[in-house]
Amino acid sequence: MATTSISPLKRGLLHYVREVLATLGVSGLGLLALAIFLLPLGYVLATSFKLDSQMTTQGAPLWPATPSTYNYQGKDYPLYDVPNKNGSTQRLVLVNPYRENSDMLDPAHPEKGVFNITGRWRTWQPVYRFAPNLKNFIDAWQEVNFPRLFTNSLLLAGISTIGTLISCILVAYGFTRFKLPGKNILFIFLISTIVLPPQATIIPLYILFSKLHWTGSWLPLLVPAFFANAYDVFLLRQYFMSIPRELDEAAMLDGANPLRTLISIIIPQAIPAITAVTIFHFFFVWNQYFEPLVYLLGNEKLYPISVGIGAFVTTFATYPGRSAATAVLAMLLPAVMFFLAQRQFMQGIVVTGVEK
Amino acid sequence: MSAVTRTNLLSAPSRPRITATTRRQWTTGFLFLSPWIFGFFAFQLLPILFTIFLSFTDYKATSEFKLGNFNFVGLENYKHLLIDPLALPSMGVTLKFALIGIPLGLIIPLILAVLVNNRRLMASSFFRTLFYLPTVIPIVAGTIIFNGVMNAQSGWLNLVLKALGITDPPRWFTDPTWAGFALNLLAIWAVGNAMIILLAGLQGVPTELYEAATMDGAGPVTRFIYITLPMISPVVFYNLTIGVILAFQYFVPALLIGSANGDPQKSLLFFPMVFYREAFVFSRMGYASVLAIVIFVVTMIATGLLFYFGQRLVYYAGGDIS
Repeated sequence: MATTSISPLKRGLLHYVREVLATLGVSGLGLLALAIFLLPLGYVLATSFKLDSQMTTQGAPLWPATPSTYNYQGKDYPLYDVPNKNGSTQRLVLVNPYRENSDMLDPAHPEKGVFNITGRWRTWQPVYRFAPNLKNFIDAWQEVNFPRLFTNSLLLAGISTIGTLISCILVAYGFTRFKLPGKNILFIFLISTIVLPPQATIIPLYILFSKLHWTGSWLPLLVPAFFANAYDVFLLRQYFMSIPRELDEAAMLDGANPLRTLISIIIPQAIPAITAVTIFHFFFVWNQYFEPLVYLLGNEKLYPISVGIGAFVTTFATYPGRSAATAVLAMLLPAVMFFLAQRQFMQGIVVTGVEK
Repeated sequence: MSAVTRTNLLSAPSRPRITATTRRQWTTGFLFLSPWIFGFFAFQLLPILFTIFLSFTDYKATSEFKLGNFNFVGLENYKHLLIDPLALPSMGVTLKFALIGIPLGLIIPLILAVLVNNRRLMASSFFRTLFYLPTVIPIVAGTIIFNGVMNAQSGWLNLVLKALGITDPPRWFTDPTWAGFALNLLAIWAVGNAMIILLAGLQGVPTELYEAATMDGAGPVTRFIYITLPMISPVVFYNLTIGVILAFQYFVPALLIGSANGDPQKSLLFFPMVFYREAFVFSRMGYASVLAIVIFVVTMIATGLLFYFGQRLVYYAGGDIS
């Protein structure tokens, strides 16, 4: 009798404990993986708020900090954690450092005055306080014309995205809603251009754009965007195909021409795919380095942010703080955009990926 | 005139006629396709043919491209490829990067997708967002960050490794043995897209399959190998294809860290970087075209092999491979 009345409860409890332990275990594992993943971000944030002198100081903490000081009789003296005989430490002010002994002051009892203790002050741990410093950001801002680089990148990415959207939507519509001779062969050509490396075409394009006197301007970066690309056409086509034909056939019967049907019927239903293309293409252009480097011919006024901060990779060794601040400034805008639109991001990728 | 037309039409009554509506349909359809068709010819097909043409010339970009400024040199540039002391080692750098990076690029996102898909993970959307975050960080900023965090002395990675008891951690970007692998780690940092695509694949696996397998006594590992992997294989194959294509083009972070010399000791001299040097540093467009063709051909062979051997390992639930 007793066993049958207790065991379901006991079993339920056991199950519950096991669930909790499993949840904690998996979540702990997740946190560990996340910590490894975000270590570089923690590093760059900490470094960007640190003075470079802290990087080379022995015993300095990893977070942005400055040595704590204590004001005694109008002068600032450093604070140290001085080890006691019993193994604990005492926080004292170092007033006069000597080799084997030093003049100290107890900050808790300054009225007792300066006293001398034996021990090498260099072996003591200095006391630090959290002190983020904006100097690196100010330096970076003065050295790099961030407003101009941001404006350039925004304009380039914005115009290129508009061109891509217009052209890819038109082409994807052409591939989904028209019976055309040779359409399948054309589509195979389209897909196979995904394999085409940019290196295979850039020399002739460079020659072409120089002949047109477009090099040194944004035109080589912007004009091709208005002529569609395989990735985005493919993605939009897959999505357009899932939209039932009945609606656009009804619109056609009502006398709407194909363009009208596209704008009023297809586009409103394809917003997830169009959002995905917008986000991907915008970030693709934002990230571009090779093409602007080649086509802008060193015309710094037109540089996007990627090329504009490229030099900071190698100056890291000499000015880590400033390089880190530059990286933080460069990633700030994309990161904020991502946090604001993360649902669209994730959905967009799902749209691209699952449709094969 | 009209009588003649009529007799012409009557003389071939059996041939299916292209009606005016069909023709209009074609015109409109091709009008919609025209941006891509023009772009395909202007920015892809003709340029690649022109690259092949240039590969037989000695054109140098220091002079304007016109007749008289270049000579045909036959297979000279292709012969030079065989004696170029940088070509083969740099292809080795690229291959090593691909052979390490491509498997990592499949396994790490899969592990993370399985993790964030686990119902026991608390606040899984929080994890998903933060695992994705590095993907939106611009490549140049990411390169600056990794150059710092993997710094031999002040970088946090080696601090962690030392804390874990590794007394002599690698010097990463200053050590020719480890510099390439350091870039593999930088590449894997942007794991987000692959992770989310796989996650969607995982969520698309019908739960009945798992239930049925559990009833048959299958454990979690068996279920993963016999149900999950086959069901998500199209998505894995997609990630693999994109990974292979991009691996053979990869060089920008290497250029930023090791300059066009591929420092340290040419360990970051990727094959596309040799192309970049020849074309845009030394302006030797003829020989650079040969290098571009090599990148193109190697990519085609790799994806071709992938489709030939990979397709049969991929399970398509719908049954048809489109």
